[in-house]
Amino acid sequence: MSLTTSANRLSPPAAILRHAVLLVAGALILVPFVWMVSLSIKPPGEIFRASFSFWPAQFYGVENYTKALTQAPLPRYMGNGLIVCALILALQVLVCAPCAYALAKLRFPGRDLLFGMVLIGLLLPHQVLSLPLFILGYQLGILNTYAALVFPYVVSPFGIFLFRQFFKTVPDDLVHAARLDGLSEIAIVWKIMVPMALPAVIAFSIFSVVSHWNDLFWPLIAVRDQSLMPPPLGIMAFKNEEAGNDYGPLMAASTLVVLPLVIAFLAAQKWFVEGITGGAVKQ
Amino acid sequence: MASVSIDSIRKNYGPTSVLRGVSLSIADGEFLTLLGPSGCGKSTLLRILAGLEVQDAGSVSIGERAVDGLRPKRRDVAMVFQSYALYPHMTVASNMTLPLRMRRLSAFQRLPLLGRLLPGTARIAAEIDVEVTRTAKSLGIGHLLARKPGQLSGGQRQRVAVGRAMVRHPAVFLMDEPLSNLDAKLRVQMRAEIKELHQRLGVTFVYVTHDQAEAMTLSDCVAVMLDGELLQVAPPQDIYADPDDRRVAEFIGSPKINMLDGVVRERDLIDVAGSTLTIEADALAGAHLTLGIRPEAFHLVDHGGQGALTGSVRMIEHMGSDLFVHLDLAGVDHPLIARLLAERAPHIAPGQTLHVGVRPDRVLLFARNGRRLRREVETGRASVRPIREIAR
Amino acid sequence: MSEPRALCGSSDQPSATGGVRTFRSPVSPARRRAFTETLAAWALAGPAVFFLFVLFFMPVIGVFVIALTDWQFGARSLSFVGLANFREVFADVGFRASVVNTVVYVLIVVPGTVVFGLLIALLIESGKSCRSFYRAIHFLPFMATLTAMAIAWEALLHPTIGLVNQTLAAIGLPTANWLRDENTALPVLAVIGIWQNLGYAMVLFLAGLKSIPQDLYDAADVDGADLWLDRLRTVTLPMLGPVSMFVVIVVALRAFECFDTVKVLTQGGPGHATDVLLYTLYRESFEYLRTGYGAAVAVVFLVIVVTLTLVQTRVMDRKVHYQ
Repeated sequence: MSLTTSANRLSPPAAILRHAVLLVAGALILVPFVWMVSLSIKPPGEIFRASFSFWPAQFYGVENYTKALTQAPLPRYMGNGLIVCALILALQVLVCAPCAYALAKLRFPGRDLLFGMVLIGLLLPHQVLSLPLFILGYQLGILNTYAALVFPYVVSPFGIFLFRQFFKTVPDDLVHAARLDGLSEIAIVWKIMVPMALPAVIAFSIFSVVSHWNDLFWPLIAVRDQSLMPPPLGIMAFKNEEAGNDYGPLMAASTLVVLPLVIAFLAAQKWFVEGITGGAVKQ
Repeated sequence: MASVSIDSIRKNYGPTSVLRGVSLSIADGEFLTLLGPSGCGKSTLLRILAGLEVQDAGSVSIGERAVDGLRPKRRDVAMVFQSYALYPHMTVASNMTLPLRMRRLSAFQRLPLLGRLLPGTARIAAEIDVEVTRTAKSLGIGHLLARKPGQLSGGQRQRVAVGRAMVRHPAVFLMDEPLSNLDAKLRVQMRAEIKELHQRLGVTFVYVTHDQAEAMTLSDCVAVMLDGELLQVAPPQDIYADPDDRRVAEFIGSPKINMLDGVVRERDLIDVAGSTLTIEADALAGAHLTLGIRPEAFHLVDHGGQGALTGSVRMIEHMGSDLFVHLDLAGVDHPLIARLLAERAPHIAPGQTLHVGVRPDRVLLFARNGRRLRREVETGRASVRPIREIAR
Repeated sequence: MSEPRALCGSSDQPSATGGVRTFRSPVSPARRRAFTETLAAWALAGPAVFFLFVLFFMPVIGVFVIALTDWQFGARSLSFVGLANFREVFADVGFRASVVNTVVYVLIVVPGTVVFGLLIALLIESGKSCRSFYRAIHFLPFMATLTAMAIAWEALLHPTIGLVNQTLAAIGLPTANWLRDENTALPVLAVIGIWQNLGYAMVLFLAGLKSIPQDLYDAADVDGADLWLDRLRTVTLPMLGPVSMFVVIVVALRAFECFDTVKVLTQGGPGHATDVLLYTLYRESFEYLRTGYGAAVAVVFLVIVVTLTLVQTRVMDRKVHYQ
């Protein structure tokens, strides 16, 4: 059987086969999402009366979503997630970009050593550091605060690495011209390098926000108060409280937690894919 | 060995028409070059010949056989790509044996381990190895067979690509800008090798390039393409000296041919740039023409007047044995470039007024629509209509 | 070629020695420039260097210190106990089960993810239509918050009202209490792992496929390798070789870091059936506060991950040499 013609286009049966396989695979991939949404709009009675139907006989979405938003402090969780992700990202860019510029464009003794440090930092899985970071947080007295959620991520070796790679592609002459125009080194970082490396900044931002919005491990260690929990930890707490029996509101809460990133992803698919695959360097 | 004939090929990519009805016939054993600027459709035409693209209309035959529905494999053509397209994970030997293995071994015989156990596989494989080694030796790459493309120099890769095309003894050799990735010196050397290869093999070559020098030195016949159309197909010397079309004249030759607007005053006399040239125009008085004069058709004269052009020197480029003199002529908005022998024109300075004579037989006349106007006396072609009709 | 270069070199010589003479003065302008540049560089890199030390290097050293001593939370003193913590860890049946589980998990997730990811990528790339649509669908699980999706999976796998058991019962197949059964819990977590990471592998493969030059496919066509399988064998798969190695290791790293699903769905149970390294690390360090034990597990985990990453770097280097 030949799947392609000489013009490298699929023959009609092959094209149909391709769509068929991909649609079936895609449908299987989507099952958990569909089931989650389906349960989130069903009343308890229907959930426990096993059935295949996606749409409920009695629409119970309003009740479930209201319960998810009121019974658990879900808006609070989401707000926490937003604050923590924004703080982490802002600090990371603030700390990493100047360092990356120094590594990419300046010549100074110790540069190779510094870059070596960054590479070693890239190697280290963050979970390994959790115990000493926990102790550090304890000694600083910041456990169970927003600061505890943020401080381990203030510097990102991956960010430094990625920015350095991009900054290196900016022509040296541009830096020289900026110096002749009287810009200070720090001004060069923010007025020349970062705007020119915008694709890298966006890719890194997506990588950073996605990782920290979804992170469960560190928040689990760093905070105890419900009012400080980011979404993954919050929804786990919600599940444990409800003992997993009140499926409707729980699924509604899950849907709401997943939703922001899914919408953002569908809106800017290309950027997300680039940001995350760029992250493959680190992972 | 085979002749190739291409009949009114059309190809569109969406709304853009890349080939607008190209017809061409290539004799058996001929070296034909498709010459044109990038984007003119020459590579697309070559890919259609190879079967890598399918034309929207028209047909291709190779050796009297229509090959339109056939896949590349069945067309008996081999191709050398601009990037060489060597398989980077295979040794030179494997790269060269692949086309033979694909043809001579069945799908079962090609299976990784099992294939070797099937009857006949070992014998055919041994034959293939012998042929590949022989071809490699003839190209001077026998010692490279165990290497991978990544370990070879540009020239060596080029030879491997040629070798991979050669082993199959194809009826037609297709080459898509094969020298453009080499440095200038190597390009000249490989050019000679390709020419020699063509003479040795005696098969049909179709060669695509945007480089005039390659086209001129290699080909038996040059086909000049522009905007998806074939403007002229002729031997290299005719393409230069006897172009059919204004665009051909302008594309070939460096520096570019000078184009001057002229008006026929009467038979044999043409007014141009404030002067009058004696040229047998054979056109009606008052007809507007364009005169194409190559830079080397000029020579210095002492006085202006009939038969000479007068202008002021804008710039001089010294090229060693020659000078390129840029002259501003009255009523002409772009400078005229004359190529003069350096020893004959010792003291020329910018701003100076200069008179240059023109050899009437070197002046090419073009109608307003760009078509060449040939004088009846010098052309034996039946296809050329009398100038009197066209120039009107 | 070598001769002209030698000539050029010799003509450079005098000017170079002439240059040296001007640099003799004690504080040359060039020196001062270099000094200010160094100062600027360290000022710019300063915050990053400080945090790298405090947040990466001190903690790593800390982990080793804790692993080699008897320090406990709140203790004011510590003493060196050598490899006692490691001896305890390796003697522990629970830890050994955790290592075995992790390896089993990785051995299911990696081939599953890589094979399915490659298949989907090949299928998507083989045609022109709906590419980004299919890519989006398959990539979605990788984006979605795993903690929340784990809860959705729990509902799906519910013994009585879950879709999985309903479907199996409807077509007459045996059902199971997937997450509470020692034999099924770990494989089910692995399936979720494949479900989550498949899109990631797919996207990496798609990037790899896109970087294969069209010329090679054309050459294969002309050479006669024009059937789908031949093209796959001659061009696609060999050219994907380096990417595939990379994907295998990246997915393996992610599989080793499996935590969220275990924490949400099984808490390591039933028994020790789904105890994986990272979960053991978390539980011993932060729930049982066995710091020495936890640190020893962290060191083991570190060794595994660093080894894999170093292998990955080697593979990336080889990829560069490929062309």
